Amino acid sequence: MEPFLAVVVGGLFAAGLYMILRRSIVKLLIGLVLLSNAANLVIFVTAGLHRGVPPLVPEGASAPLHTVADPLPQALVLTAIVISFGVLAFAMALVHRTHAMVKTDDINDLTSTDS
Amino acid sequence: MNWLLISPVLIPLVCGALSLTLWQSRRVQRWVGVIGTAALTVASFLLLYVVWHEGIQVSYMGGWIAPFGITFVADLFGAIMVVLGGLTGLAVAVYSLYTIDARREHFGYYPLTHILLAGVSGAFLTADIFNLFVWFEVMLLSSFVLLALGGERAQMEGALKYVTLNLFSSTVFLIAVGIIYGMTGTLNMADLAQKLPELERSGLVTTVGMLFMVSFGIKAAAFPLFFWLPASYHTPPVAVSALFAGLLTKVGVYALIRVFTLVFTDDVGYTHDVLLVIATLTMLVGVLGAAAQFEFRRILSFHIISQIGYMILGLALYTPLGLMGAIFYIMHHIIVKANLFLVSGAAYCLRGTYELKELGSLYRTAPFLSILFLIPALSLAGIPPLSGFFAKFVIIKAGLEVEAYFVVGIALLVGLLTLFSMVKIWNEAFWKEAPESSERLVAGAEQRGSYVPMLIPIIGLALITVFIGLNAEPFVVVATAAAEQLLDPAQYIQAVMEARP
Repeated sequence: MEPFLAVVVGGLFAAGLYMILRRSIVKLLIGLVLLSNAANLVIFVTAGLHRGVPPLVPEGASAPLHTVADPLPQALVLTAIVISFGVLAFAMALVHRTHAMVKTDDINDLTSTDS
Repeated sequence: MNWLLISPVLIPLVCGALSLTLWQSRRVQRWVGVIGTAALTVASFLLLYVVWHEGIQVSYMGGWIAPFGITFVADLFGAIMVVLGGLTGLAVAVYSLYTIDARREHFGYYPLTHILLAGVSGAFLTADIFNLFVWFEVMLLSSFVLLALGGERAQMEGALKYVTLNLFSSTVFLIAVGIIYGMTGTLNMADLAQKLPELERSGLVTTVGMLFMVSFGIKAAAFPLFFWLPASYHTPPVAVSALFAGLLTKVGVYALIRVFTLVFTDDVGYTHDVLLVIATLTMLVGVLGAAAQFEFRRILSFHIISQIGYMILGLALYTPLGLMGAIFYIMHHIIVKANLFLVSGAAYCLRGTYELKELGSLYRTAPFLSILFLIPALSLAGIPPLSGFFAKFVIIKAGLEVEAYFVVGIALLVGLLTLFSMVKIWNEAFWKEAPESSERLVAGAEQRGSYVPMLIPIIGLALITVFIGLNAEPFVVVATAAAEQLLDPAQYIQAVMEARP
């Protein structure tokens, strides 16, 4: 499972970076979405994937007996998803507003602050 | 629970929530703004006092001991940073009373400022690397909105670049956190510092270290990752610019110093050499960028970048004197840079423009303001006896000690070019005759109101600059002690791992 997910993460990064480097601000946003999802998957995979072993401690024991799935990365991913959801919602509003104001979708036209 | 330790986070959070409930009353929000930041400043000074006398303060959130729960730690460096955050917040809150227009106040300017300060303080005080990410996000989200608040075209363009690059930096940060957790199974920085040297694959550790360097490098606006800064910092109202210029990039520098003195210290020969190259180029590129500019706030923005180079240089030298210099530099820089932005706002109030070509004869109109500009400007360039002289002196002495003559030469050259930039602003904005075109701009000054109330925070910050310069001894002593703590991570690790609630 890990090699497969590694390829998926790589693919998401490649696609995300490609989209960020395009000139359209909408594609820029899509690129950011892809990148943040790729990051979440990385966290999910790095701690190791274990199937069907919930982190439960049997009665009377003070530690789990076998290898268990680590719940912490999932908590991290959950936090990261919530944060990226908020940030991307804001970014979307920003892109919308920028488009309404500048009347263009081309990043190369957004240079009035650079001169 | 150590209430004093978490109060720098708690006070702005509570004030932010309070301002939200008082959405309708802008007047009360303003007062909550001033009182809240004043309380933050007092609490942070108390914290610094306690840390100075009783050593590193530790608190476990929810009673979960390290390394399992989230730990809050204040060592001297963290406490100093919180104090600086409080002071900048207070100055900006007072300044905002007279400069923020009603529309921005209606859309939550004050709650956002509080949340921003909470995020900054949280980042300075946490000992958990994922928690650091969360505080970064708290800070960034409120800064995104503050930057875009008002919705002018320049703001939109600046915010888009700022948001994109900072989101990218957060993604890199998150990946690095994920990988480091996969390698060690811990997120507590003190625990990481213990576990990372035991790992066999030290190459991977350095790789993750570089990921952190890229992420924090973007946030600190280090070369070659700084392009978002001059594109965005001059677009919002001056109060917001000053807050960002004073604090936000310094949070990136803080994270760099924290991580590269505590966690990634195994391969100093590699990582800190990379930092040295980055620092040199950051100084040089920043100041050359400023030389080409003719807009008040854009010049100052480029100077932020070049000054960041000095701070990273102190870290890269990795000697007691170097780190002490970096800390002293941050203390001096936050005050001075915020103040310069505030002065540019007062100049705007008088003339209605930031373009140096259109400004002029401000010395004749407002001689007192001109003196108040000279204090931070000359301090930034490193003229004795102001604070910048000692900051630069210490860093350059640290460079000479390790015989890094080339870097020292660049640092001195950059100091000279900084002076050139400041003199350029002085000549263009304050000294030369106002051009003809400025008369219609001056005519608008009546509607913009008096600039005199703006002087209160400017005078306050200028006094601090002069005070640090004339009375540098105690600041040097505190910075030296903070640097010693940083260079001896065992103290930090012991405090975090062994303190019990």
